[in-house]
Amino acid sequence: MSERNLAPALDAAPALRAAGRYAVIGAAALAVFAAVLLAAGKSPGKAYVDTFQATLASAYGVSELLVRMTPLLLAAVAVALPARLGLINVGGEGQLYMGAWMASAGAFLFPAAPAWALLPLVTLLGFLGGAAWAAIPGLLRAARLVNETIATLLLNYVAPLIVSYFIFGPWRAREHSAYPQSPLFPEAALLPTFFDTRVHAGLLIALAALACYWLLLEKTRWGLDMRAIGGNPEAAQRLGIPLAGWIVLALALGGGCAGLAGMGEAMGTAGRLRQGLSPGYGFTGFLIAWLAGGRALGILFMAFLFAILTCAGDTLQITQGLPYSVVNILLAMILFLVLARRPGGGR
Amino acid sequence: MTAPEKPPLVEIRGICKRYGAVLANDRVDLELRGGEVHALLGENGAGKSTLAKILYGYTRPDAGEIRVGGRPADLRSPRDARALGIGMVFQNFMLIPALSVLENIALFLPGLPAVLRPEAIARRIREYGERFGLGVDPAAPVRQLSVGDQQKVEILKLLLAEARVLLFDEPTKVLAPHEIEALFGIFGALRADGYALLFITHKLREVVRCADRITVLRQGRVTGGIAPGQADVDTLVAMMFGAGAAPEPAPDGARAPVPPGTPPILELIGASARAEGSETALSGLELTLEPGEIVGVAGVSGSGQKELGDLILGLRPLSAGSKRFCGEDASSWSIARMRERGTAFIPEDPLRMAAVAGMPVRENLALGTGRRYHKGAGLDWAALEAAMGASFQALAFPVPALGRPIGALSGGNLQRVVLARELAHGPRLIVALYPTRGLDARSADSVRALLRRARAAGSGVLLISEDLEELAELADRLLVLFAGAIAGTFPRGGWRAEAVGHLMTGSKEVTGV
Repeated sequence: MSERNLAPALDAAPALRAAGRYAVIGAAALAVFAAVLLAAGKSPGKAYVDTFQATLASAYGVSELLVRMTPLLLAAVAVALPARLGLINVGGEGQLYMGAWMASAGAFLFPAAPAWALLPLVTLLGFLGGAAWAAIPGLLRAARLVNETIATLLLNYVAPLIVSYFIFGPWRAREHSAYPQSPLFPEAALLPTFFDTRVHAGLLIALAALACYWLLLEKTRWGLDMRAIGGNPEAAQRLGIPLAGWIVLALALGGGCAGLAGMGEAMGTAGRLRQGLSPGYGFTGFLIAWLAGGRALGILFMAFLFAILTCAGDTLQITQGLPYSVVNILLAMILFLVLARRPGGGR
Repeated sequence: MTAPEKPPLVEIRGICKRYGAVLANDRVDLELRGGEVHALLGENGAGKSTLAKILYGYTRPDAGEIRVGGRPADLRSPRDARALGIGMVFQNFMLIPALSVLENIALFLPGLPAVLRPEAIARRIREYGERFGLGVDPAAPVRQLSVGDQQKVEILKLLLAEARVLLFDEPTKVLAPHEIEALFGIFGALRADGYALLFITHKLREVVRCADRITVLRQGRVTGGIAPGQADVDTLVAMMFGAGAAPEPAPDGARAPVPPGTPPILELIGASARAEGSETALSGLELTLEPGEIVGVAGVSGSGQKELGDLILGLRPLSAGSKRFCGEDASSWSIARMRERGTAFIPEDPLRMAAVAGMPVRENLALGTGRRYHKGAGLDWAALEAAMGASFQALAFPVPALGRPIGALSGGNLQRVVLARELAHGPRLIVALYPTRGLDARSADSVRALLRRARAAGSGVLLISEDLEELAELADRLLVLFAGAIAGTFPRGGWRAEAVGHLMTGSKEVTGV
């Protein structure tokens, strides 16, 4: 009796049903998107075939999907965790940049450190950078000064500027002075990659973060407290759960995950710190967490789907000469369809 | 005097309305006549608001008849009521702060043309304003208005929409004293113009001042109607709170022997707390709660009961004075620490105050149990379930399905889960805030029995209630709270409903008006 209902997120039947539902929604969205492509004078059949060939049809395509999934998973956890307390974190993008920035600082400060010391250090710093950035809105919210949605959103505009300052100034690479970016990180700071692909250790970190998220929320007493706050803050407070502390901590943990995404992009994919490190992973993470309803398996599935969609954008740009932003139409279609399925559009 | 043969504007006969186990209105008769201020008086929960909602078409009665202007009326929605000239001024104003007075009023008017003619509406606002003392600037944004002026806008809305019957739901609750004076002036002007007013309140003094006719409700029933001139505070108190006879105290439960020198469970020494917004500040409270004692707290709603409970529970900081728990200074203890040391809280609305609706019963039972069942990073669910099972058994409650979301339980069962959890660890102090409100008679009885049992076991119980009969039955001592201060203390059996009623309504000094 005691095992039942403690693990709603692992319950297989609802997860399968949800997957089926999303498949239907996805098919409908693809159909509408096909109409848009036709109206633009392009061939939707070719677009879909091209996308399929660029992603799922080859080992290389799949590996690229995993590369894209890595930051998306972490950015989604960054949103999903605070959401369980009823907190809305739209600052994933800024937290991602601060994580990348802190990790870069670690790599540049200890260029001679061996990999076994430097890799854990940059990972930790990446986490701390995002966590500290998210703790600011957390503290403001806990002190009942500023709503966390506003504060996290606005800090998104600050973080890339901090990164820009450093790559235009102290960390600017000497070799290509025309292009603002940091020099390459020392070899020891780069995340290991697998099987000659761009898939890096960040994927393992992301999967671990997702598992920790599920374990923390569903299996621990801390998760119980956090879910109680999300379910009924007044009752939680009356039952002696320290609201303010949990608010700061949950946002910090979420921000830390986004920070890890930034660290992964810098240390795993780009090899250096630069502007445009993230094409909006933080925001896409919000969509993923929201569409998945905070369920761990849902996040995994949605992150995979969104990785395909963003790859589709690149493919369409190359093969059909369509702008990358055309996939936003597809994303919007999916969002609308999901919203339409929920009465009132609420969660 | 209006001509007696003229039919009343609104006449209701035999209105009954039942909410679950509670009979909110029981065969209520009422007449509203033009040129009269009709006061509807009663304690909280007496059924005043239900009656108003029925009159305004929000709720449909289970039985009874409403006649408007002599003809039977079927009020299915507020729109129907408005069409028949019935308007209502709510406790919480229905205004849009960003819009001007004129825009707010225009929004409410029926049959508005596509292109507004603001001058015409503004002229009517000024005209009505002068006639009834409702002067407000039509162009002013509502957010800049004082509460009293906002209320005037609400009244103007109804007048411009040509309502003839105006329902006021506790209109003085939000007003400052001088604004109350102004409102009574407006009442006078409206009455002189032939409007029918229903004035819902629980404040005796106001009723005596301005009503032409008074109907008193108690537990959903009309306990009396008084014609003008006969209003007398003593009679009204008797009608509101029951017969003047002293309530029969129930036989005192056996108390556990308390060893001499045991410190009181709870002491408040000059305890004060500040207030924010609509809260009530507490000032200089003195209270001692001995082991094996139930101290009752009476008061009309908004006298500081919830604030007192929160102060004791550790949710509200003291601004002055001190709080002692079992001999220790607990003035700055958090609620977590108070609970850890043996404080239980029985709320009026468990779904809002003590449970998380979406979580299963099992997880709800674990909330607020402090460190008792910690096991590594998780909880010792087996031990928790065993302890809670024992608690359910001790209270003779059936154990609900632990996997069901607690929000799916009935009100009574939900309260039982909360009780089982709160009483599972033999609390020393029990703070009960309207613990029987909204429960059916049987569940309410079992809650009372359980409080008596806790007393017998040596716990100290603070029982905050507005049910004087319940307090008479249970309380060893009764405190009366009025405006955040203790207005009086009575020993068990040493008080009469009338005396308490006077203190509760702050009407002591107007006795014999």
